[in-house]
Amino acid sequence: MVRRLPRKDVVIVGLGWTGSIVAYELARLGLDVVALERGPWRDTASDFNIGTAPDELRYAVRHDIFLRPKQETLTMRNHPSQTALPIRKWGSFLPGNGVGGAGLHWNGQTWRFLPDDFRIRSHMIERYGAGIMPEGNQIQDWPVSYDELEPHYDRFEQVAGISGKAGNIKGTIQPGGNPFEGARAREYPTPPMKQGYAQSLFTKAATGMGLHPFPRPSGNISSAYTNPYGCSMAPCTYCGFCEWFGCANYSKSSPQTCVLPALVREPTFEARTDCEVTKVNLSADGKMATGVTYIDAAGEECEQPGDLVLVCAFSLFNVRLLLLSGIGKPYDPATGEGVVGRNYAYQTGSGASAFFEDAKFNPFAAAGSLGVALDDYNSDNFDHGPHGFVGGASITSAHTNGRPIRYHPVPPGTPAWGSAWKKAVKDTYQRVTYVGAQGSVMSYRNNYLDLDPTYKDPLGRPLMRMTFDYQPNEQKMANWMAERCQEIAKAMGAKTTQLNRLRVPWSVVPYQTTHNTGGAVMGSDPNTSVLNRYLQSWDVSNVFVMGASAFPQNAGYNPTGTVGALTYWSLEAIFKYLKSPGALVSR
Amino acid sequence: MSTITTRLRHLILLLPLLVAGGAAAGPDNHVDIARGKALVIAGDCIACHTAPRGERFAGGLALQTPFGQIMAPNITPDNTTGIGSWSADDFARAMQEGRRPDGAYLYPAFPYPYYTKVARGDLDAIYAYLRTLQPVENRVDRDTLPFPFNIRLLMKGWNTLFFTPGPFKPDSARSAEFNRGAYLVEGLGHCGACHTPFNSFGASRNDKYLEGNQIDNWTAPNITNDARAGLGKWSADDIVQYLKTGQNGFSLASGPMKDVVENSTSKMPASDLKAIAVYLKERGAAGPPASTPLLASDPRMQAGEAIFVDTCAACHMRSGDGVAHLFPKLAGSAVATQQDPATLVRIIVAGGRAAATDGAPTSPAMPSLGYRLTDSQVADVVTYVRNSWGNAAAPVTEETVKALRARVTGAAAGD
Repeated sequence: MVRRLPRKDVVIVGLGWTGSIVAYELARLGLDVVALERGPWRDTASDFNIGTAPDELRYAVRHDIFLRPKQETLTMRNHPSQTALPIRKWGSFLPGNGVGGAGLHWNGQTWRFLPDDFRIRSHMIERYGAGIMPEGNQIQDWPVSYDELEPHYDRFEQVAGISGKAGNIKGTIQPGGNPFEGARAREYPTPPMKQGYAQSLFTKAATGMGLHPFPRPSGNISSAYTNPYGCSMAPCTYCGFCEWFGCANYSKSSPQTCVLPALVREPTFEARTDCEVTKVNLSADGKMATGVTYIDAAGEECEQPGDLVLVCAFSLFNVRLLLLSGIGKPYDPATGEGVVGRNYAYQTGSGASAFFEDAKFNPFAAAGSLGVALDDYNSDNFDHGPHGFVGGASITSAHTNGRPIRYHPVPPGTPAWGSAWKKAVKDTYQRVTYVGAQGSVMSYRNNYLDLDPTYKDPLGRPLMRMTFDYQPNEQKMANWMAERCQEIAKAMGAKTTQLNRLRVPWSVVPYQTTHNTGGAVMGSDPNTSVLNRYLQSWDVSNVFVMGASAFPQNAGYNPTGTVGALTYWSLEAIFKYLKSPGALVSR
Repeated sequence: MSTITTRLRHLILLLPLLVAGGAAAGPDNHVDIARGKALVIAGDCIACHTAPRGERFAGGLALQTPFGQIMAPNITPDNTTGIGSWSADDFARAMQEGRRPDGAYLYPAFPYPYYTKVARGDLDAIYAYLRTLQPVENRVDRDTLPFPFNIRLLMKGWNTLFFTPGPFKPDSARSAEFNRGAYLVEGLGHCGACHTPFNSFGASRNDKYLEGNQIDNWTAPNITNDARAGLGKWSADDIVQYLKTGQNGFSLASGPMKDVVENSTSKMPASDLKAIAVYLKERGAAGPPASTPLLASDPRMQAGEAIFVDTCAACHMRSGDGVAHLFPKLAGSAVATQQDPATLVRIIVAGGRAAATDGAPTSPAMPSLGYRLTDSQVADVVTYVRNSWGNAAAPVTEETVKALRARVTGAAAGD
């Protein structure tokens, strides 16, 4: 028996960064807004006590704030010729659970993609010819430019209080910042974080090599700040409990610190937690959403009618909800037709470990987005001609943590346990640092998401199936980047270095990154995209889909800055939509 | 039965109109009702007359007094369990004289010694607003005090000794703004009910007016213009900002004042807040003489400093300067150096949370640290805070912490 609830103006699926921002911006117009979140409510005061928040066992090992596979999991395979099996323990990526979503457990690295990233296909072909494009690729230009997104990047940075140093303000290159970045309207809202010893060595070495290091833009903020929503943040204490943790110190940019305090005061806003949305309901002709169906905390099935449905879950689960709801045609790699699930992408990680003879890097005095980076090898900031790959990476010297349970660096060849291992950990802990390359992943015909034919969730719905592997282009790029990292590590004065190549085939077991992108991409052509340039469904005009699922391919950066910018960009369009509902781009 | 009740209520609704003429509000008098609502906000009536998770204004909150527990009554217009059968005159008499319609004496936990100063026109507006509330049937036990305090007639003697009835009299030598502030603070705002010490009969001590008190195991600090213990360092604008947003550069409202700010002052007009500020700044200053700070070499200071650095400094800063809008400044804090250390002790033992307002929505929390600090450690760190960065106040003993912890957490004092 489905319980039918009173209509709302706006129904939001998921209460993370994107859901909380759109909820606040729409509720303050006076619209009746309900957000449905499948996990629990979480706020700083109730859930992240300074005495218990830095609990590595609870959060980093036992994954307290993450999705349980029993709630939802995926099946996975590397290639369409294989049979996918369910992920029974989350590994390579960790989807969040509950209010705040990934915005709660992230590290806080808040990048803008580079202007070239938004028209990468056209740009690469113009500069290098079509021959540079990798085999099987489905790389496509974004339907929005950097310049169009700039005010929205700015808005997100202001709301999140991001700490950094501008490299290009209105076309004027700024000393100390990233000279490759697109022009910004102004400085970051807070100054860059204080860097550690490793970063000073990196900066000196990289500068000496003619490279352009700058402090990484950070959502662990450097000084007290009050954002445009009136929410206050405190300076980061460099405790090194960021990624996989909630911040007890009001220092990490998150929905909890930056949006929820203002949102919960809005009288027309309602959050319903422990409510799992099972389907976006459509009108008989399939052209309009009528609301959503969800299972509430008591296990009761409810129908929530609404005029506007905003799909704001984690990128992977946005795609699954579209597939389960029949919004957009599912992608079929055999024919190349269909769009939902198409262009799933991820991120590469490679680099070099640098072992020093005598150094004290104090890795425990850290923060998730502390670090110095350089973009000389990102996007098309260097000549790709001799290398034969597309894409790039941001290269960084960073310590995100030196936590006692899981941070046990040892040199290659050390036994995995026993007294020799213990001695190696003791000898190495203070003497090792890293130069890492976080790289782009392009989109390919055979990297995609669809519904699994075999495995189902506890509600009887098919699990989503992920088919993904790093393609030769990404392997070539990431391994070339590892060599660049090693060069810098040597110049920093490391006694020995270890090259960390991209691990292939992609495995779901070791943690790599939760930068899952694509599957519901935005584009100019409804035959190759799920959403138009305003994140509005081509097929169902009162459905907008927020998040990294909209990326046509992934760039050499963390996705959140661009997710935030796209959210404000789409919101501006939603304001127009509210005045005159309908398709914002005709197909 | 219900028809009779309804008819009776209609009759009673009409009565004040007939008897008091224009003084009471007709049901369509929106101006008076809106004014009454604003006055109910200024008086923070909801704070005592609403139980936790209870219906608004339907009573049932247990007020703890030194004489026992008193349950705040239902003031919705329900005929049998609320004040539905009261006339405007009945209501005015309760507010001005502390008497029920049947003549029975009310206890001064209901602060009629303050409300007596409220003008009749304002009382009628409050009455008109209360009558627009949804009647809620909620019977509250009004006789919970133990013998002999359950004898309401005792209050007749109490009133003779401690109660001066009569409306507010403006001081013609002062500005209109000052007098408006005085009218609000001394009357409906009943600020002194918390911020003035009691005598042993539970009456506010007029000789120590607004010099601070302990309420529900929180320090209600000195709010005279005293430079050290009171608001002397605050400008009138600082006071307005505090009342409007729950915070300023000196302090963040927590404990009972959090509720006062959230329910009452943050919703009051700026002109009234300014008047309150002008009154508090100009009324006068009084406080205890300055203390001499403990020496840094005192073993309690050394132990306290070690605890402060490990446990407190990440947020409140080694300098005691705190972080604006989030973590209160301890250096130079009047609350930290009140004679009564209750707020400092209880926040460490049991935690606390600052007010959330439209102007400052974050509402930061201080976690409870009572689970890992012993009474002696809490005493040392509080002593350290009270005697560092220029602060000077009497040291706090382990026994004080033990007793307060027992009252706040329910832990047996012997634990």
